[in-house]
Amino acid sequence: MLARLGLEPGDEEFYADQLSGILGHIDRLQQLDTEDIPPTAQVVAVASRLRDDEPRPCLSQEEALANAPAPVNGFFRVPAIQEET
Amino acid sequence: MSSWEVVIGMEVHVQPKTKSKMFCGCSIAGLNEPPNTHVCEICLGMPGVLPVPNKAAVEACIKTALALSCEIPQHTKFDRKNYMYPDLPKGYQISQYDLPMSVNGYLEVGASRVRIRRVHLEEDTGKLIHAGDKLHKASESYVDLNRAGVPLMEIVSEPDLRSADQARDYAMELRALLRAIGASEADMEKGQLRAEPNISIRRVGSQELGVKTELKNINSFRALHRAILYEVDRQQQALESGRAVVQETRGWDETEQRTFSQRSKEFAEDYRYFPEPDIPPLELDRAWIEELRRALPELPSVRRARLLDQLPAAQVAVIGADRDLADLYETAVAKGAPALATANWIVNEVAPTGKLMSGEYLAELIDLLQQGAVTRDQAREVHLESVETGRTPAEIVAEHGYSQVSDPSELRVLAEAVIDANPKAAADYRSGKKQAMQALMADLRKRAPQANPKVANELLLKLLA
Ligand SMILES: [Zn+2]
Repeated sequence: MLARLGLEPGDEEFYADQLSGILGHIDRLQQLDTEDIPPTAQVVAVASRLRDDEPRPCLSQEEALANAPAPVNGFFRVPAIQEET
Repeated sequence: MSSWEVVIGMEVHVQPKTKSKMFCGCSIAGLNEPPNTHVCEICLGMPGVLPVPNKAAVEACIKTALALSCEIPQHTKFDRKNYMYPDLPKGYQISQYDLPMSVNGYLEVGASRVRIRRVHLEEDTGKLIHAGDKLHKASESYVDLNRAGVPLMEIVSEPDLRSADQARDYAMELRALLRAIGASEADMEKGQLRAEPNISIRRVGSQELGVKTELKNINSFRALHRAILYEVDRQQQALESGRAVVQETRGWDETEQRTFSQRSKEFAEDYRYFPEPDIPPLELDRAWIEELRRALPELPSVRRARLLDQLPAAQVAVIGADRDLADLYETAVAKGAPALATANWIVNEVAPTGKLMSGEYLAELIDLLQQGAVTRDQAREVHLESVETGRTPAEIVAEHGYSQVSDPSELRVLAEAVIDANPKAAADYRSGKKQAMQALMADLRKRAPQANPKVANELLLKLLA
């Protein structure tokens, strides 16, 4: 993605400096000993939030398809998908 | 040339019994209603929504895990499985990757133990309808998202199965277990239980696994069995003629009774799993798990073992496979009905018709039958009428005036008439052809359907002695 950024002539040095700084910072993070630290999947302190199994009203078909460019007979329409070879 | 060994692992997707979807309140009832009428912002994957796991689905998954003797780790979490397909509105499926709800269980199938690798929770995808047909390629497909977000448990076995028979028995045993513990209706034809076997073959004695294919679109136990037989044969022919088996997903075509290539594995392999940031990890309450463990009913395998102490294997095979039949048998016997007569009645009259009556009524009916108050045919009618009207068998018998003729003096006249009318059969019997008695009994029953067959038979034997 970065390779796709268009740079004005003369800006190269400015961005090269910045990029080196970022890479240097990542190098510093790599020095940390994370051997005994479990991977963090979540930074929020809440856990085990479950919902009671109670049905609630759904959207109407009309509302559900409101953002779809060209629905047909209540279906979303997409370019053909060929399953079989 | 040494022969081949078949190696099968099973992935089974089961829809737990819930009223709403996995992460939103959309109703599960009526998913076959018009397309996109059971959807909301959450299961459509609109930006900014927050999915919240359904407690009943988590509970069903824990119960299933416990019934399969799985370990249930303290921490579990949901992950995003990313792939682009129009039946997946979010561009990812919420599933579980490295910390599944449960691991390391087993299921006893006949005499062998099949190891279970994991049981985890995820959500179903929507339905894609392809326009056009094989000859006319269409330019568009249609999407119905009613099924998107329906809860699914995925039960993954180790590759411990060795034949199509065993794989089918495994799936059937799993269904009996899921129904017994009330975790799922597990109806294959309704898509509530989907079995996907992974199949490979190797030379007998080899320890290495061969290249496997995964089969999909299987919607009955019969299809499962046939699809595996077909696939094993296909792989064997390929390897024996020097071709390779390609690792891929293959579909089962029920009409043509063959498997066909759907997509090769390398295409689908990289799912870029990462933790679902919108759902906090689950710390399952140990007290809750223990409560669920205590509340588990007797499992089918244990019940079958107990039934085998009382009944022959043939009867147990029928009664032990269905929780309703086993309950009926056990309540009737608890009410004093004799074991074998009750079991035979259930196998012959209840299992094929599905006409369940209460155990108490069945005990009464078997008693009437054994006393000779009704013939077998009459008992069958009483049974059906009792199921329809809810009245007791004794009431129905009294009302119809059903009764067998058991009076020996009355039956003696009849038995003599039968012998006179069938001189050849009578002579055959006297000369030692014991099977001639069948013809005599048949004629007797035709003349007097009400005759008590046991008394009549004794009289014939006496007269022919
Ligand atoms: Zn929804």
